Amino acid sequence: MNRSDFPLLKTGVIYLDNGATTLKPQCVIDKITEYYQEYSANAHRGDYDLSFKVDEAYEGAREIVRKFINARYKEEIIFTSGTTDSLNMIVFGFFKRFLESGDEVLITKSEHASNVIPWFMLERELGAKVKYIELDDNHYVTMENVSKAITPNTKVISLAGITNVIGDERPIKEITEYAHERNIFVVVDGAQSVPHRDTDVQDLDIDFLALSGHKMCGPTGVGVLYGKKELLESMVPVRYGGGMNESFDSANEVYLKELPARLEAGTPNIAGVIGLGEAIKYLEAIGMDKIKEYECDLRRYAIDKLISIPHIDIINLEADGGIISFNVDDIFSQDVAYYLNKYHVCVRAGNHCAKILKGEVGVTSTIRMSLYFYNTKEEIDYVIDLLKDKERILKEMI
Amino acid sequence: MDEETKREIILENYMHPDNRRDGDQEGYLKENTNNESCIDNLNIYVKINNNTIEDIYFNGEACAISTSSVSIMIHNLIGKTIKEALDYIDNFEKMIEGKEYDESILNDAIVYNEIHKQNNRKNCAYLPYRGIKKILEKYL
Repeated sequence: MNRSDFPLLKTGVIYLDNGATTLKPQCVIDKITEYYQEYSANAHRGDYDLSFKVDEAYEGAREIVRKFINARYKEEIIFTSGTTDSLNMIVFGFFKRFLESGDEVLITKSEHASNVIPWFMLERELGAKVKYIELDDNHYVTMENVSKAITPNTKVISLAGITNVIGDERPIKEITEYAHERNIFVVVDGAQSVPHRDTDVQDLDIDFLALSGHKMCGPTGVGVLYGKKELLESMVPVRYGGGMNESFDSANEVYLKELPARLEAGTPNIAGVIGLGEAIKYLEAIGMDKIKEYECDLRRYAIDKLISIPHIDIINLEADGGIISFNVDDIFSQDVAYYLNKYHVCVRAGNHCAKILKGEVGVTSTIRMSLYFYNTKEEIDYVIDLLKDKERILKEMI
Repeated sequence: MDEETKREIILENYMHPDNRRDGDQEGYLKENTNNESCIDNLNIYVKINNNTIEDIYFNGEACAISTSSVSIMIHNLIGKTIKEALDYIDNFEKMIEGKEYDESILNDAIVYNEIHKQNNRKNCAYLPYRGIKKILEKYL
């Protein structure tokens, strides 16, 4: 769908690394350029027309994001540099003050590094304990395993909405309902889920959500931290400086601004935020449900073809997103990626920043194809054709 | 050496590398060497006796270029004195960087003589040499 909107696709590249980052449509590129060419003043300095225009666009993007994830209040949308930044703010700005030694944090072994290491650091600092919800045979999180993992000490469950290697979707709504009955907070890493389906933070009753702009047709270096207003109110900034203080004097008397400014110290990524707003408008015009359906169909099409190739081992036969992880028998994943690169096919090889997953799936690295709505069946056919002859891969990979 | 022969040598050393052995053995100096940008990760083990490399083995996981390169490195460096080995490594490094080098001492390692044209694979070929160089320089 919509291929003509993406200038990079005109180069003939077959881009199947959308889990890493997505391509940008012309309208997003233009929107960013427009800011730099026509009104590149700073935000929140409304003394002149140009700056006023920046504020309108910047705060307009906040409203676009609010509507997109159906947050109740605009102040619940904090612009960050991306999911990693958002998760670090959640962990060190909120949970570091909230958790005590002996409290338990539940994650899984298929989480991305950004939803693991900050918690590990908290474990070191506070003596809080990171524990794992067991995954089932398809590497899914089931409610049964969630309830098994919860103890009276569990204070927070932090999960990806969709994981980046397996592509399984977590039952977030059921989890939040179950967790909230037990006074447990739920954090959702939305990096791989928000770009690919409708996300309604009120319906899902999520406490904190992190997402990245560049994985949803937006620019790099911009993301969102969503938190319920009452929780963000008690979050302490991890960064202090300009734009977030009301006043301060030489005697260390400091007054901070209200949300959201209090959590957005320094000149923000203005072009990025405006570009993200445009990207969301673009995705909404296509329709998130349509995007989800298209990706699922395309994935099924690819799986049906891959499964018939005897030397290909698919790691995640079951998945909900557009992610396909596989290996070619006896060939190191990276060599396959190099081979495909010779034919202008971009795939990712490695452990995909989920380094504790290897014990679960039994392989240390995989080739990952991650699809988006602009990928096509013809592209899949082309890749299948390149993969079906193992001798050819062996011959051409070096 | 023609392209087909090079490819065969690389593949043979990748599929059946010399001295791949699990675990740490006594009497060996160990160095882990990995590529930041990818997942190549090798442990190199060297046994030195009387200033001479008596044995080398490796374990870990790496791509075809790194794995074949460690295999080729191993059979070329065993039996060399530390000075000879460092000289060999220096020549290999020059070749990888596309600089002037002494082809006559490198033996089958010259299969990588065109790898400087592929930026993303240069590091793969050099990876095991980076590891062993650390061991040898420490020993000196």
